[in-house]
Amino acid sequence: MDILETLNRLWSDSGFQSFFVNGGWKNLIMIIIACVLLYLGIVKKFEPLLLVGIAFGCLLVNLSYFGPDSADALYHIDLWDNFLNPDHPDYHSYGAIMAHGGLLDILYIGVKAGIYPSLIFMGVGAMTDFGPLIANPKSLLLGAAAQLGVFLAFFGAVLLGFTGNQAASIGIIGGADGPTAIFLTTKLAPELLGPIAIAAYSYMALIPMIQPPIMKLLTTEKERQVKMEQNRNVTKTEKIVFPIIVAMFVILLLPSTAPLIGCLMLGNLWRECGVTERLSDTVQNALMNIVTVFLGISVGATTVASRFLSLETIKIVVLGLTAFCFSTVGGLLVGKLMYKLTGGKVNPLIGSAGVSAVPMAARVSQMEGQKANPSNFLLMHAMGPNVAGVIGSAIAAGFLLAVFK
Amino acid sequence: MAPIILSQVSASGEKLPVGDALVTAIFGYCVVFVGLVILMCVITAVGSYFKNKDDKAAAEQKASLEAVARKVEANPLTIVPAEAKKAPGSAGKIKLHSVPDKEAAMIMAIVADAMQKPINELHFISIKEVED
Repeated sequence: MDILETLNRLWSDSGFQSFFVNGGWKNLIMIIIACVLLYLGIVKKFEPLLLVGIAFGCLLVNLSYFGPDSADALYHIDLWDNFLNPDHPDYHSYGAIMAHGGLLDILYIGVKAGIYPSLIFMGVGAMTDFGPLIANPKSLLLGAAAQLGVFLAFFGAVLLGFTGNQAASIGIIGGADGPTAIFLTTKLAPELLGPIAIAAYSYMALIPMIQPPIMKLLTTEKERQVKMEQNRNVTKTEKIVFPIIVAMFVILLLPSTAPLIGCLMLGNLWRECGVTERLSDTVQNALMNIVTVFLGISVGATTVASRFLSLETIKIVVLGLTAFCFSTVGGLLVGKLMYKLTGGKVNPLIGSAGVSAVPMAARVSQMEGQKANPSNFLLMHAMGPNVAGVIGSAIAAGFLLAVFK
Repeated sequence: MAPIILSQVSASGEKLPVGDALVTAIFGYCVVFVGLVILMCVITAVGSYFKNKDDKAAAEQKASLEAVARKVEANPLTIVPAEAKKAPGSAGKIKLHSVPDKEAAMIMAIVADAMQKPINELHFISIKEVED
């Protein structure tokens, strides 16, 4: 055995050597970014259930993929480029991915096929009480208004030179709904999945910091102090009928929303119908956790250094923040309108909960309401627009999908 | 400016003229609004149907109780169904341990509300204060 030659081969095969050739330094930067994301997830508790997985996926891919020659990599961006290239023999071939891909390539099939986001929505449906929305259907107006950021960011992205598909995927960050953002981006602009998913989940975690200044800026002290009347009681039958009606109506209106709305409402029906506790429990806990594991790590794997480190990523981060801010503004403005029209019975702070980060945005409305009036309890009132925002962002995604796919 | 990120892979979709993008954004926002407004109308209609149904059932129950009360008033010896007798609030005895009457009443009301059942259909045996 030639020890020198063996050592030389080990060095040339090692990742350490790869840092010094063909732009391998970019991987080093991505590894630092992954560690920062891990810090934010673990120490600062920024959406830890997903961010820790995404950050570790980012770490794994940048430790193992240094270009098309990285046969042992966990994720191969070149295989997915071939998958999306109509002129390549492996176009739309999951077989090629299974045959030549690494572990994360195989897990990523669930993202690519839109399975994980839909299953996450099923769990969200099983965990969500739509009672406040059923008791006060006007909340849907706030959920609609809070999609303003989606379309403004879409327009901004087109102005900044993105294609229509990419702009639509960037805009949906403003819906503040991670699974919807991943679902739409995978369908329309998969090359931007990494930055969009990271921006979406980071901003969702930052809602308690992003929203309050805007809420204070757009509302008066008097408006924030408004105490709202208690919602009416919602019967069990209404709760059972609700998901069936919403599924029928929204899917007929925009068939492209079927995977998201269908799964959301099925999960909710399992929760409310009272005869499927086992399924509801599984979807809320075991299935949700399993899918979160796969989704986080495989989305993180798309942050390959050669694609992620670019000016485009910075633009996406800025546009995502703009989208979040304008969605909050949209909800608040319609909240103020409702305040005027009802003679001061509606606290406009609940409007900001129309962005669909459930239940974080509703909690922020509650906290700001209590700061203005310690005897104020807005949580249940804010949950209405909050869950309306989930439906609203799914409709917005369905519209963009119908236009650009 | 050439998109740096897409140097190795073609960008999905095509560039959109600014005018088209503006129209798409406005139209999209309108679609979301119209969709949710129609959904609001549907949910309101379904809600009022169930609310009317509940109100009707409550009114019927109230009328039946009033009829029983009138009957008792008119003829104190009339034998009325056991449930009707209990309805006004004397449905038996409850053992209270270190709990004032008012707090016990409050707890019973909360339990009834949480269970979505009339309080006279529930049987409380005892309420005891648990000390740490």
